[in-house]
Amino acid sequence: MTRQSLVVVGNGMAPGRALEKLFEAAPGAYKVTVFNAEPRVNYDRIMLSPVLAGEKSYEDIVIHGDGWYIKHGVTLYKGHKIIAVDRAAKTVTSEHGETVSYDKLIIATGSSPIIIPVPGHQLPGVLTYRDLDDVHAMMVAARPGARAVVIGGGLLGLEAAAGLQMQGMDVTVLHLMPTLMERQLDAAAGYLLQRSLESRGIRVHCKANTREIVGEKRVAGVRLDDGTLYPADIVVMAVGIRPNASLAKEAGLAVNRGIVVAPDMRTSDPDIFALGECAEAAGQVFGLVAPLYEMAGVVAQNLLGGTAEFHPSATATKLKVTGIDLYSAGDFAEAKDREEIVLRDPTRGVYKRLVLKDDRILGAVLYGEVADGAWFFDMVKRGVDVAEMRQTLIYGQNYQGGGTLDPMAAVAALPDEAEICGCNGVCKGKITSTIGELGLKNLDEVRAHTKASASCGSCTGLVEQVIKLTLGDAYNPAAVQQMCGCTELGHDDVRRLIKAKQLKSIPAVMQELGWKSSCGCAKCRPALNYYLVCDWPGEYEDDSQSRYINERVHANIQKNGTYSVVPRMFGGLTSAKELRAIADVVDKFAIPTVKVTGGQRIDLLGIKKEDLPAVWADLNAAGMISGAAYAKGLRTVKTCVGSEWCRFGTQDSTGLGVKLEKFTWGSWTPAKVKMAVSGCPRNCAEATCKDVGVICVDSGYEIHFAGAAGLDIKGTEVLGHARTEDETIEIVAALVQLYREQGRYLERIYKWAKRVGIDSVKAAVMDDAEKRRALFERFVLSQSYVQTDPWAERVAGKDAHEFTPLAAFGAAQHAERRLS
Amino acid sequence: MSKNVNDASAVDWIAVGHADEIPLRGARVVAAPGGDIAVFKAADGGIFALRDRCPHKGGPLSQGIVHGEAVTCPLHNWVISLRSGEAQGADKGCVPRIPVRVEDGKVLVPATLLLSAAA
Repeated sequence: MTRQSLVVVGNGMAPGRALEKLFEAAPGAYKVTVFNAEPRVNYDRIMLSPVLAGEKSYEDIVIHGDGWYIKHGVTLYKGHKIIAVDRAAKTVTSEHGETVSYDKLIIATGSSPIIIPVPGHQLPGVLTYRDLDDVHAMMVAARPGARAVVIGGGLLGLEAAAGLQMQGMDVTVLHLMPTLMERQLDAAAGYLLQRSLESRGIRVHCKANTREIVGEKRVAGVRLDDGTLYPADIVVMAVGIRPNASLAKEAGLAVNRGIVVAPDMRTSDPDIFALGECAEAAGQVFGLVAPLYEMAGVVAQNLLGGTAEFHPSATATKLKVTGIDLYSAGDFAEAKDREEIVLRDPTRGVYKRLVLKDDRILGAVLYGEVADGAWFFDMVKRGVDVAEMRQTLIYGQNYQGGGTLDPMAAVAALPDEAEICGCNGVCKGKITSTIGELGLKNLDEVRAHTKASASCGSCTGLVEQVIKLTLGDAYNPAAVQQMCGCTELGHDDVRRLIKAKQLKSIPAVMQELGWKSSCGCAKCRPALNYYLVCDWPGEYEDDSQSRYINERVHANIQKNGTYSVVPRMFGGLTSAKELRAIADVVDKFAIPTVKVTGGQRIDLLGIKKEDLPAVWADLNAAGMISGAAYAKGLRTVKTCVGSEWCRFGTQDSTGLGVKLEKFTWGSWTPAKVKMAVSGCPRNCAEATCKDVGVICVDSGYEIHFAGAAGLDIKGTEVLGHARTEDETIEIVAALVQLYREQGRYLERIYKWAKRVGIDSVKAAVMDDAEKRRALFERFVLSQSYVQTDPWAERVAGKDAHEFTPLAAFGAAQHAERRLS
Repeated sequence: MSKNVNDASAVDWIAVGHADEIPLRGARVVAAPGGDIAVFKAADGGIFALRDRCPHKGGPLSQGIVHGEAVTCPLHNWVISLRSGEAQGADKGCVPRIPVRVEDGKVLVPATLLLSAAA
């Protein structure tokens, strides 16, 4: 029998899940073709909010990479929109004219955001919030300080608002109804939500009826019916979604609000299924992931001749905004035959409400304290009779049966099918059984194998409790984090023993400290190499095979295997000669991208590995050396122009920056080190978010450290005050040396300082002149071995094997090198 | 020509260089019309070859850190077995293995695999 052809129109999360289930149950049952109107693979739309907030990237939220489609023999048409279904001929046709015939068809066209047709809705700058293109458009528009108006105070609108605020925008939410998220929350919880959003600086205007969007060439503001005008640089419409049913309608299928499906998910044509947000089941359409995934399972089974049915059940909602705990589940509307139990604690901002009918819970709204959400939701779904525990029900699971207050009891009492991770649909039983089968020991492993808490992470605490429950005393998250799987020892013990036992090579460390692997792994080897470089300057010979590729070849690898090169510009100063040499190199090697970096220098991107030595030779010839933009070491010293030019400058910040960089370049450190020197407290060099920062003042130099402006944002701590440039340099060098000696590999200065304590750093560097001098001298000694330009060394022939292929074959050479 | 590359006599082997030219716990690239090949030397001197493309995002495995009989991809730290080409740990994926022999210090791979991507 030839394989049947299954065509899927749409490539969202629901059809993705259906195909997963289908391949799991019967790999090879169908020849599958997928048409995606978006030019992408399947990604996790729930995670658009973290992308918008800058916490995740597109790569992080891909569900099925290209490899998945290849592995399952799926033909994926990206950027192909289906425009016609011919039910008589059983074919679909795309707008590019591709026609494919099907035995079974799944329509999963999803939904479109509703655009309110007020005047001005077509102005540039009016956006929706539905897919990755929308998120990118928002991120482009999201300049700090710019103003955003979000129309719609539902789940999506509020997540968009929080994300835009994270991007530094000034955000106003307009909501038509009297309270926020009225579909998921009752008025009281809606009010609490509004209050906490407002306390974070998001303006909320309820009962706001938009009259028009104003603006000439692009959006300038939103005017309400009552005349209020909110100025805006962008407007995001997030008022709801509408199922995309036009394709089905034109094909003559039954369409109401969405594409009408029977409980077996078939449309009015038995060979055509509809699935996801475009489908209408039992008179309802759906937008949350749980029911859509349930539909997907039904479709997969029925494609294989099953008789599964989809019956809409209660759903639960969580708001994915950091710092706001909110959970709602089931049906909580008031009605005559319903009762409610309410708990309020205004000072703690806690509100809980249960809606009951005939001693069974229909719905729950929790705000401020949501730990019992899963427990309530489970009882909603199972229809548990709660008559016995009504007295204490609202206090949660810990208070049932007069038991003691054991935080683990709540989790222990959850049945196996209770959902722990909503994003990835992982239930408690799946976690406990996977731990047992694979012998998992910690959160990272559970995350890797079950995906529980791997998406938004809001269930991490719950997952940890399940692990603790399953493993008992064997689970000890507070134990010393071992360096890697090759040793039981933590970083600090390894560093201490390297000194104590005078271990001076990687094999010596591994032998003496009982490494469990023969030659380490990609985690411990670079760390050991750094510790040995740091502890035995001049004695230990650097092991290039234990360095990450960037440090091995002194350039930065890019996604396509080419490299980028950044020459050093001391203190951000350059010259006509240097710029001319850079321009010549760009021309000579046809370098595709030249970019100014955030560290005040120039990045040359897209250089072929073989060309690197020649590029460096030309840059060296003009007097430039490696900027170490790849190093766990000193990167840049950013400066402002200071007293030499600036009318506000108090000291020569540029000159000091140059001196600092000339003194510290080439040093290896546990993680990268970025410095800055500002000439006055206006701080144009942004010194207060750097690893080390200096702010010049009339009386001298204020020295800062432990700032961050990457994954974390943190202002610096003040280390102390210096009167002269020399004193400043000595303090900075002593600080860096202390960090070099105490830091764990890949631990940035701010994390190190937090771990050892700001005061202990001050005590060593500021309060004890002798200690500072000793640190300074150790830094100077170490520098005497490392200030050799790595580029010049490689131009002279060092590590030549890194930059040439072992062999290169074209069609001609192939014949010559053949052996007889 | 036989497709069975494990049968040495039936394969047209071609020398791509000398084993000494590959650093211990390191790798070199062989550029070829059928796609780059990464030739690795493990800590014990064992020679392995894989297509130079990580199954995750196509990263050049030849640029990674070699440890035991595995390499860690330089782009996103996937760990790939040099022996099987399989991703280790929880990651799933496999990179095509390239049969390799060492004779008198010369590293040999099947000529067909230099010309075409099939493995």
